[in-house]
Amino acid sequence: MNIDQIKKEFPIFDNKVQNNDLVYLDSANSSQKPRIVIDRIYDFYSKEFSNVGRSVHYLAVAATNLYEQTRTSVQKYINASDKNEIVFTKGATEAINLVANTFGQKYLDEGDEVLITELEHHSNYVPWHFLRKSKKINIEFAEVNDQGEVTLEEIKKKITDRTKIICVTHLSNVTGAILPIKEIVSFAHSKDIPVLVDGCQGAPHLKLDMQDLDCDFYAISGHKMYGPTGIGVLYAKKKWLEDLPPYQGGGGMIREVKKKGISYGELPNKYEAGTMATAQVIAFNESIKFLEKIGIENIEKHEKELLDYAVDLLGKNNSVNIIGNPKNKGGVISFTIEGIHPHDIATILDEDGVAIRAGHHCCQILHEKLGLPATARASFGVYNTKDDIDQLNNSINNCKKIFNLR
Amino acid sequence: MNLKELYQEIILEHGKNPRNLRKTDNFTRDAKGNNPLCGDNVHIYLKLNDNNKVEDISFEGNGCAITMASASIMTDVVRGKEEKEVKEIVTDFLDMIKEKDELSTQLLNEDEKTKLMCLSGVKQYPMRVKCATLSWHTLTSAMNNSQDITSTED
Repeated sequence: MNIDQIKKEFPIFDNKVQNNDLVYLDSANSSQKPRIVIDRIYDFYSKEFSNVGRSVHYLAVAATNLYEQTRTSVQKYINASDKNEIVFTKGATEAINLVANTFGQKYLDEGDEVLITELEHHSNYVPWHFLRKSKKINIEFAEVNDQGEVTLEEIKKKITDRTKIICVTHLSNVTGAILPIKEIVSFAHSKDIPVLVDGCQGAPHLKLDMQDLDCDFYAISGHKMYGPTGIGVLYAKKKWLEDLPPYQGGGGMIREVKKKGISYGELPNKYEAGTMATAQVIAFNESIKFLEKIGIENIEKHEKELLDYAVDLLGKNNSVNIIGNPKNKGGVISFTIEGIHPHDIATILDEDGVAIRAGHHCCQILHEKLGLPATARASFGVYNTKDDIDQLNNSINNCKKIFNLR
Repeated sequence: MNLKELYQEIILEHGKNPRNLRKTDNFTRDAKGNNPLCGDNVHIYLKLNDNNKVEDISFEGNGCAITMASASIMTDVVRGKEEKEVKEIVTDFLDMIKEKDELSTQLLNEDEKTKLMCLSGVKQYPMRVKCATLSWHTLTSAMNNSQDITSTED
């Protein structure tokens, strides 16, 4: 795998950012986009645009076919057993809200428990929090250990006879911990509890096989997978999509509408109300092709090499403190530097063209547990190189110099 | 952009050793402020005497160098001022951070103005303006005895 060649496929790296080469270490936040994805949006709007699934004219039929092709590509990419198990949403956030709302309506009652973890992004906590008010449910948190992981044992410990659904991240966007999803699902199913996986960080970096993982719901964010913003995927087992009530009402999701009653459309239309992000869905197919062309196994291997290199290099840098040390870790490093606030680190690194994130990364529960108001975070994508990590380390040293640290 | 303008020695020094980082005994007014996105927070304590002068002002909290330095310098310059003078200084500082090139108030001496102008570098970093203004907005809340938590991210 030739990273220089791959990097050339991303136009963002053609230009200087404030007179520096861009060292983009914020892919856990959002990835950059390859040219084929960007061009696909332009081409679709220029030559092929029409709304999908409604009109019968040539453009509408062609656009509908393109839209459905992405669904098939996603199905194959994540090895779902049925194309209708793929629901397009505006993002992973909407995917989780969809499940919290519909599952909550039908299956959660006062006193029931939703089990999440302390690693969860706000988008896998806040939608469930709404049900605390509307349904008087309780939310239980599986705790993170000193390594920044949540273990199967911890999940088992927190399951009670009131646990109605378990919602866990696949890969933590702060500590990088990869959770043992298959084992969690297998145990949960032995207790008849469904599992939702927040796959925002899993999908761009790990090989996915829904039939093997056997989870009930898996939420995917398109823009973290080298795809456009405004597009996400909810994978859900067909039995759930058939069983749960619709989420949003509107055009496209209905079969028949009468003054006295309404019947809803078949899958997947039932969950895709209104005009969808058509161009983005169609361009997302190019992201899948891009990932398939390189091979997710190759991406995993490359990012693991970068991670090992970075952990080693930053580990040797005094005063850099890496948050968590999970056995199974993806390409995310959150860190602090004694004596320099993460926001100061991010501003100073930015001056060298090094783009990282500082803050709580939408994980305030975890940061509270860690006793840190904020951390700095470097996260990797397919286009990163060891040179990027060297530049990160050099810029950290510059930071220390400015703050008179040694 | 120039990092040296943002991280001037005075800022780094006040950031590292903030003045008045404590809790005033028998404070008469106080207010909390935070920037949830950054994780910065300050709690300002104010003691006004019978003539409505700031007898003591202090703060607790944590944040980046800009947040801490701004709170530190602010608490130094408003001590001894009358309530309405404090309000004038706050307005003048916020105007300077937002748009004006200089401070125009006659209530500060040149040394105090120089220290405050060290914070003017944040103008080039729009995301960091809220760090410089957090303690100032919180001071306003304290003066108004507001129980609401001030957030500069609204």
